Order: sequence, then structure tokens, then C-alpha cells
Amino acid sequence: METVEQIKVRLEAAVPGLEVEVIPNPNSAEQPSLRMGLTHILAAARFLRDDPSLRFDYASNVTGVDWLDQTFQERQRQRVLVDGAEREVEITVQRIRPGYLEAIYHLYSMELGHGPLVIRQRTANRTDQCRLVSLTPIWRGAEFQEREIYDLYGVVFEGHPDLRRILMWEGFQDFPMRKDYVEPDDYEYEPTPHDLVLEKARLHYGHGGRS
Amino acid sequence: MNAEVNITSTRPQLPPGTVMSYHLQRQSAAGGDAESDLLEISMGPHHPSTHGVFRMDVVLDGERVVRLKPVFGYLHRNHEKLAEGMTYLSSMPFTDRLDYFCSMTNNWAYALAVERLAGLRPTERAEYIRVIVAELTRLLNHACLIGFLTHDMGTMGTPLMYAFREREKILDLFEELSGARMMCNYMRFGGVRVDLTPGWVAKAQKLVAEFPRFLDEFEKLLTTNEILLARSQGVGILPRTLAVNASVTGPMLRASGVNYDVRKVDRYGIYDRFDFRVPLGDHGDVYDRLMIRFLEMRESLKILHQALRDLPGGPVMDPKAKLRSFRPRPGEVYGRIEAPKGELGFYLIGDGSPNPYRYRVRPPSLVNLTVLEDMCLGHTVADVVIILGSVDIVLGEVDR
Repeated sequence: METVEQIKVRLEAAVPGLEVEVIPNPNSAEQPSLRMGLTHILAAARFLRDDPSLRFDYASNVTGVDWLDQTFQERQRQRVLVDGAEREVEITVQRIRPGYLEAIYHLYSMELGHGPLVIRQRTANRTDQCRLVSLTPIWRGAEFQEREIYDLYGVVFEGHPDLRRILMWEGFQDFPMRKDYVEPDDYEYEPTPHDLVLEKARLHYGHGGRS
Repeated sequence: MNAEVNITSTRPQLPPGTVMSYHLQRQSAAGGDAESDLLEISMGPHHPSTHGVFRMDVVLDGERVVRLKPVFGYLHRNHEKLAEGMTYLSSMPFTDRLDYFCSMTNNWAYALAVERLAGLRPTERAEYIRVIVAELTRLLNHACLIGFLTHDMGTMGTPLMYAFREREKILDLFEELSGARMMCNYMRFGGVRVDLTPGWVAKAQKLVAEFPRFLDEFEKLLTTNEILLARSQGVGILPRTLAVNASVTGPMLRASGVNYDVRKVDRYGIYDRFDFRVPLGDHGDVYDRLMIRFLEMRESLKILHQALRDLPGGPVMDPKAKLRSFRPRPGEVYGRIEAPKGELGFYLIGDGSPNPYRYRVRPPSLVNLTVLEDMCLGHTVADVVIILGSVDIVLGEVDR
């Protein structure tokens, strides 16, 4: 199989205007992945499936990941005026990397027997722009798994033929696989609450665990 | 990949003028009669044929299926979220509960993914033990599936009890090995939990030597049975292109004629050392899916025979593997194995902490259900039952 970098070059040539970058894998023994922009991803996926030397005809695993907002500190050198003289000092700046939801596809080729190629697409943020492009028109195998991402992460897949909740029931409000999901208050009265139950009782009643 | 066996040549056919002709008549009557009212029924979750709490929203035109939507989630417990909140090792017992028929292969798939994340290698003896228990699991899963499937066709449990008798012998071996019949929790990162008990290999060899007799009997009992042929041949055909596009894996895919077995493609573990073939069907109907299981059991017996013969001595755990404060390096990994039901994969994102940041199970039964509607359209309700049976689902894995 061609390396991820080679595939990236070929993708850029085949699908003009496609935004694609190589995401390194911190685990050096494993493959890096390709992140693609949403505008031309359907054409890129079709290219990956139909190109005779790639032939990724089998989307094995489709999954979502939730990345929260991350604050990290960055050290910067800055020139400031100290006692009338300009000096270079080091200051720390707090930066926030906005969170996003991600859909990851593991592609293999049944015809040529190679793989995996990992492709990902990311939403703009975690709150009001959780839209991604469904790749179910290219790989039917993504149908239930994209539904599952919609169900558990709240990613809306545009172009999905049947986007409904799949594991949780219709009418359920939240998205339980998100990192900031809060479990519902399902405390039931117990005469002698202890351990976890005591903790739940405390949260439920708002004070020492008694009604 | 060239070693394969095709089952067409051995496929028995019904003589003309038997039950099959009735079957063909039913098929030709499918057209016409557009005036009839559509009936929407809910099959399950307590229908006896649904293999667990599984429901199908079926729209019927007379007795023909015109729409079918699988509904599941009744056993959903968010296994993935639970695993994100605990250490890597604590999830191992929970993987047993995914496909509760095949806890050994679930363990193996998870151990394989974590080992690749952490850069561990299981010892030689552990690799052999893993192959042995995984192939035993395949035997019991396929035998029971044939039992369930024929039970769905109306054999009233006799073949199922035969299969369960053999399964119990294998579960006895597992119990001796791990202390539990079904929830084995046997594998660890870098090996297996305990070594084989004295005399275990001899018992397993005895089982492997006796199993073909059961298989012969089983096959003779079922595969040329007229009713079985009439019920299963030409029913629930899954075309090859659709099977690939819909990510169907395992015996179901191979029954449609696609030569794809992760044991051969990835050669994970030590599967490159064994001589076995990949059986293929070419009709892709329920009958092929049934026969594939028979043939795969024979191939598994071959692997078992070789593995039990070549089993080396030595430790069963990588001495570098740690049980406490186990922190694999950061990164992401997708490890997959050929479980009895199809490709079972674990996708892990580690962030260097003792818990996985993301833990994902790629369940074969869930993905194989994608094509259930395509296979059932135009068939009768009675056929839906056996088509679902031939998919081989376990709801512990579908719902997670």
C-alpha cells in the first residue's frame, strides 16, 4: 500500500480544492491518519473507493471522538519596557484550543487486501455546528455506525438516509458519550444509603443525604 | 490467500417435484395484487426467534415483507463509556459480556489492541494457547448457531441439544482453564492469565479427535434434509458487491463468495504458521451461510490439531507486562481479529493515563445487520426468521 503522504498527494491531484492534512499518530508504530475538509470529502471518498490501486472498498470501523476545549499554557518572549529600557522577558499566555467532535473511518481493501487507511472529519465546534458529511452513500457499512455517532455524540450527518437514534430511545435528549455528559439523577430512596448511593443521595437532596 | 475451498460442488439439490416446487410457486405468486393493504407489525422484542431482545418493524403485504427496520438498544449499557472511566485491565471482564458466546475471542481482540498500543508481545506459549481457545470458541459458536438456525426452521431443538452437548464439553475445558464457563476473562496484556492445567492438552486433544464424529452425524442429519433445503436454498440472497459495500464480515461475507478472512489477511497472532483453508460459498443464501459454518468448523479442527501438537513450553506472560500502574504510551490503534461472527475490532485512543481516552468496539453483528432488510425484502415472515438466524447476532454485542 502507498504511504499516507503519497495518498494525500494523489488525493489533492484528483480532487481539486480538497482540504487534506496528515495527522500524526503519537504511537509511532501505528499509522498516521488523513483529516479532510467537509466540502469535497464525498468526492475524495469516492476516489479512495474506486481508484484501481487503492480500492478501499470496505469501511470497517466508523467511530466518533469527543475532544473538549483544551486550555494550555504557552511561553512567549516579548519585548516590554522596564524602567525606561526595552527588555526581552518571557511570559506565559493561556490559549484555548476549541473543542470539536470527530468521526473516524478505518478503511480496508477487500479486493487488494491492504489497509487500514484512517480518515477523519471534524466539526467546527461542539455546540451549534455539529455537522459532518455522511459517507454512507459511498460505504453502506457506515450506515448504522454513523447513526450510532449521531445517537451518542450528537453529530448530524448530512446525506445520511435514515438518521435516527439507534441505541438510546426516541425522545432521549442528551448525548451520553460526550465527555461532559452528566448522568441523570436516578436516585431512589434507600433507608441506609452508603458509598456511591450516599453520594447520589447527597446530590439528589442537596444536603446530608436525608430527605 | 489462494488456499480456498468452494462448496458449490458438494451442494445437494432437491429432486424435482418435491417440497421445493411448492416453494417456487410461492415465489412466482409474489407479483401482482397491488390493492392489498399493508400491515405493519412489530416482531420482537419478545418474539422467540429474535435471539434476544431484538425487534424488527416489519411492513407486510399479505405475507411478503416490503419494509423491515431492525430496532435494538434494549441491552444498551454504554460499555464504551464505562470503559473510558476505568483502567485498561478493568475493562477485560466486561469484554466477556459483549458476545457472551465467545468471551475468549472478545478477550483476544481487546488484548491485541492494547498490546499494540503498549508495544507488548505475548509469549510463544501464550500465542498458541490463544489460538487454541479461540478456535474452540469458533467450534462452539458455529455448532450452536447451526442449532439455533435449524431450531428456527422447526427442528424443535433436537440439533440444538446435540450442539449444546458438544458446547458443554468445550465449556468444561474453559472452566478448567479459567474458572468460568462463559465469562472466562482469561487473557491479559502480554499473555494469558494462568497456564494450562496438567492434563488439559490431553483432554483438548481427545475433544478434537472426537469432534469430527459429531460433525459427521450433524451434517448427515441436516444438510440433505429435504425441508431444510427447501427452506434455505435461494432464501435471503446477499449479493457479493452489496456484502462488501455494507462491510459485512465473517462467515456471512464468505458465504457470498468474498475471500476475506482476517486470519489470512492480517495474520495476527501466529495464524501464519497453520495450514488451513477459507471456505467460500457462491450463492450467498441461507443454505450457504449454514454450510460455511460446517466447513469452518472442519478448518478450525485442523488448526486445533496443529496447535495442540506444536504447543511449546515456557511462560504464559510477557515478563515486561505490568498488571499494576499499566500506562500504555499515547496514541491510537485499531486492532481486529476474526471472531466467529465476523471482524471484531477495538479502537483505542490512549493519552498516557491509566484509562483509555476513547474505547470503541466494532461489533460484527451490528454491522452485519445493515443488510438484513435487503435480504428479507420479498420474502415471507417465516423466511425472515431464518434469515435473521443466519446472520448470527448476539444482542450483548449489538447493543453494548
